Amino acid sequence: MIGFWLLAPVMVAAALGILFTRKAVHAALLLAVVMIGLAVMYALQDAPFLFAVQIIVYTGAILMLFLFVLMLVGVDASDSVVETIKGQRLMATVVGLLFGAVLVVGVAQVTVGAVTGLDEANAEGNVPALAQLLFSTYVFAFEATSALLITAAIGAMVLAHRERLTPKVGQAERAAQRMRDYVDHGKHLGPLPSPGVYARHNAVDTPALLPDGTAAETSVSRTLTARGTVRSAPALADDVTVLSRQIGHDGRRDGESGTTGNGRDREPGDQA
Amino acid sequence: MSETPFIVLSAILFTIGCVGVLTRRNAIVVFMCVELMLNASNLALITFARVHGNLDGQVAAFFVMVVAAAEVVVGLAIIMTIFRTRRSASVDDASLLKY
Repeated sequence: MIGFWLLAPVMVAAALGILFTRKAVHAALLLAVVMIGLAVMYALQDAPFLFAVQIIVYTGAILMLFLFVLMLVGVDASDSVVETIKGQRLMATVVGLLFGAVLVVGVAQVTVGAVTGLDEANAEGNVPALAQLLFSTYVFAFEATSALLITAAIGAMVLAHRERLTPKVGQAERAAQRMRDYVDHGKHLGPLPSPGVYARHNAVDTPALLPDGTAAETSVSRTLTARGTVRSAPALADDVTVLSRQIGHDGRRDGESGTTGNGRDREPGDQA
Repeated sequence: MSETPFIVLSAILFTIGCVGVLTRRNAIVVFMCVELMLNASNLALITFARVHGNLDGQVAAFFVMVVAAAEVVVGLAIIMTIFRTRRSASVDDASLLKY
């Protein structure tokens, strides 16, 4: 019983949170709290199979389906507070409170006699006893729900199907389009530069360095640039400036047979 | 364990789900409140299974879970289809049949 009294206020608070939260993703996570709380309640009441099924099916599958659709529909679609029907929210709250009061008072006044525990029914174990019932008394309902599940899967496929309105672009057409973009707009033909080239690190937030030490903007993802989490390129190019100064790179090179011209095989302490 | 606290909790969760269906505007959150109501009735079914000492209530709760899963699949597919054509997931915007 301690488990019940610890968990019940948490579940009611989470359910009330679903009512009042602005963002739909918060509502989904609060519903997950309620569902896991309910799973524990089932475990407290000698229903271990349903405890597992609640977590695996309800929280793990159904709630994840909700979250997927929320991602598809748009996470920032939050409820507006403006009412379209005047006084609807107030009336709904009043009716809800009254209904809740009626239910709770009515239920609390009912007595059902002594509680026959499930020890006898679970004598061989909860799962064998459930299987016994499911495949003998309720086998028709079982087969009907399997047909229902097949129908639901097909229905989801039909509803989510999109007809192709434009012809599909093949690889040859895409390559030709790239050439046309290069000719008309000067867009670079090849792939984007990878991050961290000629920089100290090859992490995705380190931009590639151009020959003069500035950052190549196309080498980091646009999301990172928009968030402002890209590492600063001038800081990474500091040792380029130091080395240039050490090898006398501004044209005063003497006695240097350098093939590459940046003299990186010289020691840092050498005189120019 | 007395069964009354569990039934009262089930009643409270059911009421909160009802008020949620009536007040929330985002179609997916309305759907989530419907799921909350289904879960509350599952709790009542399992409590009464324990009270009466047989597992029929648990079998019923199992079927409720299966049907709720099928319902969520189709319902969310419908919501997504409506969103694709109308670009809005608000239940107030689907008002073409309104006089």
